[in-house]
Order: sequence, then C-alpha cells, then structure tokens
Amino acid sequence: MSLSCPIPLNDYPNVLLAHGGGGRLTHQLIQKMFLAAFGNPTLELQHDAAQLELKGNRLAFTTDSYVVRPLFFPGGDIAAMAVHGTVNDLAMVGARPLYLSAAFILEEGFPMESLWRLVLSMRDAAREAGVQIVAGDTKVVNKGKGDGVFINTSGVGILEYPGRIAPQELRTGDAVLLSGDLGRHGIAILSAREGLGFETAIESDSAPLAGLVLDLLGAGLPIRCMRDLTRGGLATALVEIAEASGLGIAIEEAAVPVCEPVRGACEILGLDPLYVANEGRFALFVPEAQAEAALERMRRHPLGREAFRIGTVGSGSGVTLKSRMGVARVLDRISGEQLPRIC
Amino acid sequence: MKYLEEYRDAAAARGFARAIARTARRPWTLMEVCGGQTHAIVKYGLDELLPPGIGLVHGPGCPVCVTPLEVLDRAIAIASRPGVVFCSFGDMLRIPGSRRDLLSVQATDGDVRIVYSPLDALRIAEENPQKEVVFFAVGFETTAPANAMAVYQARERGLKNFSLLVSQVLVPPAMEGILASPLNRVQGFLAAGHVCTIMGVEEYGPIAQKYRVPIVVTGFEPVDILQGIYLCVRQLEEGRAEVENQYARSVRREGNLHARRMIERVFRVIPRQWRGIGEIQRSGLGLSEEFSEFDAELRFGVRDLRVEENPECLSGLILQGIKKPPECPAFGTRCTPEHPLGATMVSTEGACAAYYRYRGRAACP
Repeated sequence: MSLSCPIPLNDYPNVLLAHGGGGRLTHQLIQKMFLAAFGNPTLELQHDAAQLELKGNRLAFTTDSYVVRPLFFPGGDIAAMAVHGTVNDLAMVGARPLYLSAAFILEEGFPMESLWRLVLSMRDAAREAGVQIVAGDTKVVNKGKGDGVFINTSGVGILEYPGRIAPQELRTGDAVLLSGDLGRHGIAILSAREGLGFETAIESDSAPLAGLVLDLLGAGLPIRCMRDLTRGGLATALVEIAEASGLGIAIEEAAVPVCEPVRGACEILGLDPLYVANEGRFALFVPEAQAEAALERMRRHPLGREAFRIGTVGSGSGVTLKSRMGVARVLDRISGEQLPRIC
Repeated sequence: MKYLEEYRDAAAARGFARAIARTARRPWTLMEVCGGQTHAIVKYGLDELLPPGIGLVHGPGCPVCVTPLEVLDRAIAIASRPGVVFCSFGDMLRIPGSRRDLLSVQATDGDVRIVYSPLDALRIAEENPQKEVVFFAVGFETTAPANAMAVYQARERGLKNFSLLVSQVLVPPAMEGILASPLNRVQGFLAAGHVCTIMGVEEYGPIAQKYRVPIVVTGFEPVDILQGIYLCVRQLEEGRAEVENQYARSVRREGNLHARRMIERVFRVIPRQWRGIGEIQRSGLGLSEEFSEFDAELRFGVRDLRVEENPECLSGLILQGIKKPPECPAFGTRCTPEHPLGATMVSTEGACAAYYRYRGRAACP
C-alpha cells in the first residue's frame, strides 16, 4: 500500500462537512482511507455492526459518535439518540443489544443542569431499550473547542438470528419493506437548528428498534438484510445495499410514506425526503413468500404500525424509483449533504 | 398536500400527454426556461410521456449555473477575508470557482454561513457590528425583491457593515438572446411561473410577436408542465404565437406590484455576463446609484477579478438549448457532480446534474 494520501489532493485537501454527510464524499473517505488502511473480512462487509465469533459465541459489536445540534430537539435529545443509534445498529444485524459504553466529550462552561438532563435521558433510553451502560469515559475540552457535548457510544449484543443478515444474502424477488414514514428526524433537527418555525411541530422519530426486530426474529421469519435509515436516508441505504448485493432494487414512489408536515417542509426547503435522515426507521428485506407475514408482524409493534412494502429486489443493478407518473428513474448517492435551494 | 397533490396526479398528467399526442401533427422543439421545470421533467420522466416528435430543450433558468466563474471567485475572495461573515443560499456553496469552492473556504479560513433569507443575513449584521456581513445575492426576478428589501432595510436601520455581492439576472433578455441566435432551434417557450408571479406577463407579448413564438407561462408540477406543453403545441399547430398563462393560480397579469416597486427602487438594469453564454445587454440588475454604498464588489475592491472557463465544458450550448447533457463527451466521465467542468453539473438545478442524478450513468455517451 502506498504511504501517500489515498484521496488525491485535487479532490479536497481538507475535510469538508460533506465528508460526514453520508453521501458520495463520505463513501469515498471510507473506501479510500479507512477501508484501505484497516481492511479485514469483518469490516469489509460494511454492515451496521460487525458480526464476530468469540469462542463459539456469536456477537455483534458497533460504535457511533453523536454531534447533533441542537442538543435538545423536538422528540429527543443527543443522549437518547446516542443510545437509540447504537442499539439500532446492533439490531440491524439480528442481535439482541446488551451492553453499551458511553464516552462524553464536554465543553468547558457547559451547564451542569443540562448535562444532568442528558444523563437522565440516557438512563431512560437505555432502560427502554433493555441495555446497560457498563463502561464510560469523560473528557473536557476548552471553551470554543467543542459544541457543548459530543457523545460516543459503543455496543455489544448477542446474535439471535441463526443465519447471516447482510446485503450479500439478497435474492432476486425479495420484498423490500419499510417500517414507517420518512424524514421526521432530519426535518425536526433542521427546523429546530435554523429556527424555521413550521406551523406543525415535527418531532424526531428517534426510537430503539431492537424490540421490533426481536419480535420479527422471534416469529422465525427468514430475514435477508436490514438497515436503519440514518444519515443519507432511505435512498442512500438502498444504494449501498444494492451495490453490496450486486443486485438491483426497484421501489415505488407512491408506496413510500412521508407525513404531510415533512412533505411540506421538504417542498419549501427543496429537499428530497428520500435522502433525509431518520433515527427510528429501517428497511427490511425478506423472501417474497414471507412478505405479508413480516408486514403483519411489524404492524403489531408500535414502531412498525405504518410498515409498508415499498419495492422488490431485481436482477439488474442500482436502485430505480418508479415515479407517480409511472416512469422509472435512478436513485443514486448525492454528493454531500442536501443543501437548501435558491428558488 | 393541497395545491400540490392535484398537480402530481398521474391520471391528469396522462390525460394531458394524450391530448398532446392527439394535437401534435408535426415535430416541435420547446424550451422550458426554468431549472426547476427541468428538474421536474427529468425527475418525473415527463419527457418520456411525450410523443416522439415533441422535443424539450433545457433553458438558462438556473441561477446557480449562469453565475459567472469570476463572480464565484469574487465571492471566494471576499469570504476568505478575516472579519467577514459571508452568507449565501446553500446551493451556491458547492459551485467551484476557478480554484476552490465556498465549502472549502468554510472548512479552512472563512466564516461562511447558509441562510434561508437575505433578512437572516441582515440580522447577523445587526448582531455582529464588528464584522462585515456580505450576502450573495444570486438569482432571477424571484429572489430580487427580498434582496432589494434587505438592502433597503439595512439603510433604514443605518447598518454600515452589511453589503450585497449582486449577481441578479433577468429572464426575458435571455429568451431574446436565445431566439436571436443563428443556432436557435426553439419554437415555443414554457416561461418560468415564479418569475412571472413577481414580474407579471407584460414583457413577453413583444417577444412572442417579434419572433413568432408561443410563450406559455407554466408552473412546476408534472400536470402544470404537461398542460403548458399542450397549450404551446396547440398554439404551434394553429399557427398562433401568443402569451398564455397556465399558472393562473399564482400569476397575475401585472405581477406583484409591491415586489416590482421594491426592485425598481433598489436596483437598476445593467448588462450582465451569463456563464457559458456571455454578456447580454440589459439582462441583469445591479444596485442603483442611491444604494451603491451596499455593493460588496466596490467595498472589497474585487470588481476587476477576471478568470477563464474550462474550454471543454459545453454548458453554454446546454443553457441555450443547442445541446443536451448526454451529447457532451465529458458528461459522466470527466465531468461529474464531484468533478464538474461547469456549473450545469454542480448546481442541483443544472440540466447536467438532473440527467446525472435521475438517469445515472445510463445517460452517458
């Protein structure tokens, strides 16, 4: 391997916000820098959590950092999100989440009272998700060198599903299911951060998905792949899965639920809800024959009540969206973050 | 959602597509002027619903695309200065100047902020009297009233640390420029509904008459666009060249008089450079003499900055409707949204970006 920087200088010599946006620049950074340096068979699966075998026990392990602003937003806060996000990453590989670590990077001057609110929120979120926080770390940085609070959580779970849940398991004809409507988290954050003051308050969908996933596993349904639809939204998740599986995914625009306040906000800001982040939604791939049973099972759970079938896995490549007009178009990664338009 | 869902109704859209097929007896080439319309056409695949003889070419109505490279370099030069807060709408940040883009300035030496209205920039100026706050006033007639209002209020409130980097352009002169070109193949226009909401439709009558082209003021949803095409084709088949208003739910004949007065108060009509097209007489707005103290180009002394375009980029031909994105040999290969040769690829409203995003590599030559 070459020692020179794998990302050519003429691309971007400095890190941009878009490198963390979940789009093409994030993908490039991971591929060319992190995977190139750290590559191993477990990492190369590029799933939400690593699936490990330790002395005959099958475990899942993952980590995630949370840098959201504002720290408190409609429907959640950074601490609850730090539990949900990591729990969800474990659930997405078919694991029962058990233990979390929590590392806090605090900015000098941050109010103790706000920190206590976050800690209590984290306690409640962990309790609700059925996990224990068993390790932690605290660092304080100088005033102006942080954004109040950054949190990192890592999580360990035990794999409950006998097979492998991964994009590579997809087969032609599999059904693509979606656990609920899209875009609430991203729009809630954006409107709170920018003070956009929409008429209807939009709350984040941040929630622990492990309960719903364990219900599905408990029902003995065969599951090919799952992916929570965080940064980059549904579209980016599907593009990644299609690429990793070597198959195509076709979805129907009319079948993808987006609630009216989110749709309205996206229209005003020129954003596409398919690319907006969620913190409590996931896509599920199951064999066609089990699609109805899986949907029925999901809808029994409060977090899957609005589950829908949105598409099918096909033999082609990439992701296509059949528009309401009946014409198909390609869904691809976007370059960086979605930027609000001029007009 | 009211006023949206009705205009995305597949049955209504197909109804107009059938009406177009019944009406069209000869091949016609139409241009949709606005980038928002181009995006809707490609996103919903509306061109695929049309009979083979009806061709759509994509117009110059993407404000990001037509902003000259040298204006971007001026923006980057100003944004890089210490003590400056540079405010812009989000989609200008990714557009490359000749050496780097505003996102890179934000990541390194500058204070670049995305705002949702020029009045937000005004507020930042009020809150930071020790900083110079500059708003990047880009756009067509649609953004001009709010930008004018920002400058007007800055003067009312005695704000000395606020200025505008102006790159405002006007649609009708660009349409005339296209029609007057010997390479022109546009036989009818879908005019930009939002622009007419502000300015009204009166400017278009003389153009329709002089060049014998129908001009249909059209909205942005699938049903709007297909109805606009239908009205345009019907005029062409009947040998008429009139101004028609498809977007009557928003556009009045005289436009928005308050907004027009504000534009006239603060701006004056000047010649402007259009990226890829060149200078067009009386095609832009600059600050009037009365408000020239708010002109960032003068305040920061960047007016003389000049640069060269990449010669391989065909964006000029694309913006004039002479070529389509896949006809460019660099499309999707040497020119992608990450490595754009010209602005039609970077801007989310640019025709090249729309083809790349919604048709993918399948559209590559």
